[in-house]
Amino acid sequence: MPDGGIGASSKRREDLRFLTGRGKYTDDINLQGQAHAHFVRSDVAHGRINSIDTSAASSMPGVIRIFTATDFEGVGGIPCGWQVTDRFGEVMQEPKHPILAEGKVRHVGDPICVVVADTLEQARDAADALVINITPLEAVLDMKAALAEGATKVHDDLNSNLCYDWGFVEENREAVAEAINNAHHVTTLELRNNRLVANPMEPRVAVGDYDFSTDEHTLYTTSQNPHVIRLLMGAFVLGIPEHKLRVVAPDVGGGFGAKIYHYAEEAFCTFAAKTIGRPVKWTSTRSEAFISDAHGRDHVTKIELALDENGKFLALRTDTHANMGAYLSTFAPSIPTWLHGTLMAGNYTTPLIYVNVKAVFTNTVPVDAYRGAGRPEATFQLERVVDKAAREMGIDPVELRRRNFITEFPYATPVAVEYDTGDYHATMDKLLQISDHAGFEGRAALSKANGKLRGFGIAHYIEACGIAPSNLVGQLGARAGLYESATVRVNATGSISVMTGSHSHGQGHETSFAQVVADMIGVDENQIDIVHGDTSKTPMGMGTYGSRSIAVGGSAMVRATEKIINKAKKIAAHLMEAAEGDIELKDGQFSVAGTDKSVAWGDVTLAAYVPHNYPLEDIEPGLEETAFYDPANFTYPSGAYGCEVEVDPATGKVTVVAFSAADDFGNIINPMIVEGQVHGGLAQGIGQAMIENCAYDDQGQLLSGSYMDYAMPRADDLPMFTVDHSSITPCTHNPLGVKGCGEAGAIGSPPALVNAVVDALQRAGHNVTHIDMPLSPDRVWAAMNS
Amino acid sequence: MHNFEFVKPSSVADAVSALAGEGAQALGGGQTLLPTMKQRLAAPEKLVSLSGLAEMTGVSSAGGVMTIGGATTHASVAADAGAYPGLAGLAAHIGDPAVRNRGTIGGSLANNDPSACYPAAALGSGATIVTNTREIAADDFFQGLFSTALDEGEIITAVKFPIPQASNYQKFVQPASRFALVGVFVARYADGVRVAVTGASEEGVHRWSAAEAALSANFSAAALDGLSVAADGMIADLHGTAAYRAHLVKVMTGRAVAAAS
Ligand SMILES: Cc1cc2nc3c(=O)[nH]c(=O)nc-3n(C[C@H](O)[C@H](O)[C@H](O)COP(=O)(O)OP(=O)(O)OC[C@H]3O[C@@H](n4cnc5c(N)ncnc54)[C@H](O)[C@@H]3O)c2cc1C
Repeated sequence: MPDGGIGASSKRREDLRFLTGRGKYTDDINLQGQAHAHFVRSDVAHGRINSIDTSAASSMPGVIRIFTATDFEGVGGIPCGWQVTDRFGEVMQEPKHPILAEGKVRHVGDPICVVVADTLEQARDAADALVINITPLEAVLDMKAALAEGATKVHDDLNSNLCYDWGFVEENREAVAEAINNAHHVTTLELRNNRLVANPMEPRVAVGDYDFSTDEHTLYTTSQNPHVIRLLMGAFVLGIPEHKLRVVAPDVGGGFGAKIYHYAEEAFCTFAAKTIGRPVKWTSTRSEAFISDAHGRDHVTKIELALDENGKFLALRTDTHANMGAYLSTFAPSIPTWLHGTLMAGNYTTPLIYVNVKAVFTNTVPVDAYRGAGRPEATFQLERVVDKAAREMGIDPVELRRRNFITEFPYATPVAVEYDTGDYHATMDKLLQISDHAGFEGRAALSKANGKLRGFGIAHYIEACGIAPSNLVGQLGARAGLYESATVRVNATGSISVMTGSHSHGQGHETSFAQVVADMIGVDENQIDIVHGDTSKTPMGMGTYGSRSIAVGGSAMVRATEKIINKAKKIAAHLMEAAEGDIELKDGQFSVAGTDKSVAWGDVTLAAYVPHNYPLEDIEPGLEETAFYDPANFTYPSGAYGCEVEVDPATGKVTVVAFSAADDFGNIINPMIVEGQVHGGLAQGIGQAMIENCAYDDQGQLLSGSYMDYAMPRADDLPMFTVDHSSITPCTHNPLGVKGCGEAGAIGSPPALVNAVVDALQRAGHNVTHIDMPLSPDRVWAAMNS
Repeated sequence: MHNFEFVKPSSVADAVSALAGEGAQALGGGQTLLPTMKQRLAAPEKLVSLSGLAEMTGVSSAGGVMTIGGATTHASVAADAGAYPGLAGLAAHIGDPAVRNRGTIGGSLANNDPSACYPAAALGSGATIVTNTREIAADDFFQGLFSTALDEGEIITAVKFPIPQASNYQKFVQPASRFALVGVFVARYADGVRVAVTGASEEGVHRWSAAEAALSANFSAAALDGLSVAADGMIADLHGTAAYRAHLVKVMTGRAVAAAS
């Protein structure tokens, strides 16, 4: 076996181009004759558009055309990909999401019109000459107030600002209430999961092109899933059939969820390119990204945990208001429901659970999946309330968790999912070891001597990755299937191109995917290229999100490679005049069992394409296979996280002094890449817990609309991480036994951090039971001094 | 960004005459001005670059006074102002390396951002702002948020800092911008202690006279014990309430005194 393969920390081959500035991103694409689009966006949160006067602007130098909503009459709105059914069996309220605002603007950043000009500066100059008359309306911001009788409506044609009132499992509602009413102890916690802006390093870009000779449209875009964009935009917005629409997502500089969705700018550039007969390009500025990329999180929750006298969890009830923003982004309705409610059991045997979620429209940027998507919100409230319960009942937080851990698998939770494998005691043991939990008191004493308050916080998470069995999500309201595809194309000389429906935007697929195929065939991984991100090259794929790529995309690749190996064995059998059943493949050599006869991989691949001596009567020439893989279940990564903080009592400043993560990701393809994914996830989770805060004022103006006020985590905000993924319970239902690792860090870290700060403050005698994220110094100081 | 004309004069005199025209504006390191122009919040017709002027760059010390050219970068001050460690330390923690390699002391003082660091050093040192026409005492120079005693077209050519016996700047960073949420500069001179506060007040950089009196009598953090800072007039925003800022002023002052060397 050549070096590399499954389990090797192969260096990321894509880094050569990324780190030397040779990546090819969408903004690097410049087409002959391209025009530039500048979006004119609302600067009020809510208002009625009285008039748009384009006359002066239209005659400005370089202006090609100014588009308003009237240009899109007869064109569909931006579709939502998931329909949730509420507690009463009614489908959610689903407002139209026009490409350009029709009649009303509904959030700061809502696009009103677009100036297309020869240069971007000309487009911006002309935009300054537009006369747009808007009557501001009251902004709907607070979710609870938005649901009050007589509240101003974001969408006049809907009954109210309530998108849906979801209950899960509705049949358990009464039983849960009864268990809580009769319990020995009930711990209650009210909290907010703060709104975040994803801020991928590369802002969004779209370039639309149209070829009159072939009637073909091409959209280059910063997407995590080009086929999904082709489907949504082609079928629901612009009415372009798939064979006339190509969507390319080349190198993409980070997504974190915000680049899953179909956005108005993509449809606009595709539409406008045909209208004006020239390619049209739009590149988001960072300021625009803050008010037009989908935001994340933004839940307000009350959670109650009922326990018996021994600390056994009896029932759990949670009541959440989830902000949808002004319109429904592509997957928005599914995040607080199916990606959130189904995780409320966590790692515990709680027999009765009821989750209520009210999704609410407000005059803010739409909210959708952001690294973790629903699972961080579930984990945060659960791990916070468990910690609070431990403190209230005087039980050690580790011990309380252990008393309630699920230990037998498969385990069917009361919230409709079945965990296939896991070993939570093992990850907890590992965490206590790698974090030197036993040595904490000594470190706390040292901190105290230095005038600092030290605390240790634990969280144990479960998440559901590898989204998802298509028949299941179809029942739950998904308007798409969630399989993945791969084509393995073996070339005549034995080199291999793998066309995957997964998309890599920083995850290192070009390296780890090649390792899998190399391992299966026994060839050098450098003989294998991973091709992705172009609907004209890869089979219909659903893209990358929800830590699904190796679990679902990787499995499709395994299935296609198995087909390749089966066929290659037939060819090898023919070449060696042996029975097919006797052929073995090892290290890229086919041999006949029990003999010294063998042929090399390259001999077989050559025979496939130069079939002079070939079983033409039995099989076709060529060596190319496609597989679509639809998973049987979600995968369930889990892990124990430990955070150690020091609080400066004079200023409230929190310093994360240590962070340890003990994860069970199932089998590992490339340990280095997995560790990197955990590091990134931890940075984002710690960012959310410590400093990131997307905040609006009472007029609906974004207070943190730039890096001057929106704090991104930087290296010096973070400690060195201790990461371990040696606790492995392989997934039982996918061929690689993998579970996925992309989001875990962001899911498990916020509650660990908040638990650590509460621990530090309580050890110092402060009666603080909760502080809402981000735990900025002023909030911590206020909590200590209230 | 709108189009503009770019002028690179070779002397202060040329710069002054280039600035005399309508719509002309001085360009220091561009670390404040260029982002504002990119956002189209400023649209000068002509930029007059000061950064290449030899007569406006460099750090020198004589007779207990450190003179820093108005176009000297933060990085140069950090490296060359060793005779005034409190000041060199302040410069070393402005922004990031790119900002420090471009941004200038003249640009920072002329801009007078209420959260900027240099204004605290200038006011806390009782510095003299030297322009092409006159000398302005720091006490008269800062006139509230983003406002100074400078006239239209007037250039800061140098800043003269009396070197104290001991000094320190404590910056409590705002987590996003990493400007000062509250910054306090303390300088001890033979004739008394000066304390200047940035980031905190709606009036911009200011002196804390009660602390100056207490510290002049007893230069130790304990001297501040009986003092308190009122929250009235303090900035309240996403990153901190007025009460929190008022509290931080005292904490940071105490730390600056303890660290002063
Ligand atoms: C990312 C970032 C982080 C930063 N962090 C900090 C920080 O932590 N602390 C801090 O204090 N500052 C910080 N700054 C601001 C930085 O110090 C700027 O360099 C400074 O405020 C302006 O200096 P400049 O030379 O770049 O001026 P410019 O941007 O060129 O000009 C600013 C203004 O001053 C005028 N001007 C420039 N030079 C002169 C002169 N010699 N005489 C008269 N008028 C002049 C210009 O006309 C303009 O109005 C930061 C900036 C950035 C971009």
